[in-house]
Amino acid sequence: MNNININEVIETNNMIEKENLDVRTITLGISLLNCINDDINVLNENIYKRITTVAKDLVKTGQDIEKEYGIPIVNKRISVTPISIVGATACKTIEDFVSIAKTMDRAAKELGVNFIGGYSALVSKGMTAAEELLIRSIPYALKETEYVCSSVNVGSTKTGINMDAVRLMGSIIKEAAIVSKDCECTGCAKLVVFCNAPDDNPFMAGAFHGVTEADEIINVGVSGPGVMRKALEKEHGTDFGHLCDTVKKTAFKITRVGQLVALEASKRLNVPFGIIDLSLAPTPAVGDSIADIFEEMGLERAGAPGTTAALALLNDQVKKGGIMASSYVGGLSGAFIPVSEDQGMINAVKEGALTIEKLEAMTCVCSVGLDMIAIPGDTKDTTIAGIIADEMAIGMINQKTTAVRIMPVIDGKVGDEYHMGGLLGTAPVQKVNTFSCDDFINRGGRIPAPVHSFKN
Amino acid sequence: MKRTVITVVGKDSVGIIAKVCTYLAGKQINILNISQTIVDGFFNMMMITDMAECNSDFGTVVDEMEKLGEEINCIIKVQREDIFDSMHRL
Repeated sequence: MNNININEVIETNNMIEKENLDVRTITLGISLLNCINDDINVLNENIYKRITTVAKDLVKTGQDIEKEYGIPIVNKRISVTPISIVGATACKTIEDFVSIAKTMDRAAKELGVNFIGGYSALVSKGMTAAEELLIRSIPYALKETEYVCSSVNVGSTKTGINMDAVRLMGSIIKEAAIVSKDCECTGCAKLVVFCNAPDDNPFMAGAFHGVTEADEIINVGVSGPGVMRKALEKEHGTDFGHLCDTVKKTAFKITRVGQLVALEASKRLNVPFGIIDLSLAPTPAVGDSIADIFEEMGLERAGAPGTTAALALLNDQVKKGGIMASSYVGGLSGAFIPVSEDQGMINAVKEGALTIEKLEAMTCVCSVGLDMIAIPGDTKDTTIAGIIADEMAIGMINQKTTAVRIMPVIDGKVGDEYHMGGLLGTAPVQKVNTFSCDDFINRGGRIPAPVHSFKN
Repeated sequence: MKRTVITVVGKDSVGIIAKVCTYLAGKQINILNISQTIVDGFFNMMMITDMAECNSDFGTVVDEMEKLGEEINCIIKVQREDIFDSMHRL
């Protein structure tokens, strides 16, 4: 193999120092199935011991790798088996479930991780009594914890959409905003509703350790919107072939770094490597923005006509470049389009270029869905459920993951700014269509699974 | 072999290479290759080294080199070579 040359070294280090290249997260998935016990106190003790034993070296290992390779690893996180399963026999009340959330929080704090995901329920077809109880406990679990993230899968291509769960989630999101009002409603920033949720997603708030997974697994999420935008600066005025080629090559380089870090973490922690999630995940840092990539491609602002096409090609080329760079790809993999975490998206909303309806169209071709969007606090529960139902339908029909993470801002009006700080950023409160969907949502029941044949 | 890339970036001045090499010799770090270039008016030097016989742990070398960099008005980074191989070589 030829020696690395100085220009290649400078290119890599410029990506890290000037273009915000980082490994967004090393997420250690831990199965809690062997913690299950009828007694809630024993269960909590088992969970605490299991998490703090398996993950005891996670943060230190992440920091060592950062230092040796000179690449920031922004988050070290944990995902666990959906708590609705783990707590099914022990939890008889909402307080029982909340006690598990507090145990997870205590373990996360002890270990120094950024988030712990898996306060989750998978109810795409129906809800058990325990699952419904967990869902009803979510607002309180999020209020009383700092690090716990929650997700609920309410639909899939194979099962259809559980509209009872959708209706319930409309109310739960609102309730989470109300009970966490004193802490700036951040409860909702840690709660996501999914269709086709993957078992191996390393990104929060939606990470959980699926029941299809082994006892422990390392999943790594890569990022790099800033690197992508910089690479596209050289493609001014070129045709789509050249544009796509550059996206692909850049995604390849970014993902190779993620693969290296994942294998190294797996070796040092003695935990098998699961997947790389090839995602372009923006942050509020200047230049680390998906919207800026659209502008680089030739759109005046994110949301202008052409945005869905731009996102479609970006998402697809990231996958094409990334898949060759890693042995195992999974999770969400694609471009994220959160509003509050992306300065370019925030600006586009403020200038009137980007509406919720356009964001919904974009979710048909992006990797997740309506993400980190602030809405007025007086939005009806059924309207939130309607927004969720639309997004779930897109996922179900298109056989892809979709998600909703929206934040009703209690007392907030359209145009207000909602500050959450840190990676969560700032969201302008966006206008929601207020025409009623009450009678549709209140029907209850399930939307059947779509046909998987007769695709003409 | 424990191949490591050391980069030194800063304003050119007398003795940069000498000071870095003196430090490396003291740590039993062998230099395999040196190249340098000027980018945007800044002195860029890259060394490929072998740290197999190094008498300190990796983290200490990273910290001490960073400190040496501050003394000579340069930014010095020490990184395992794998990150560059991964990104630029199939």
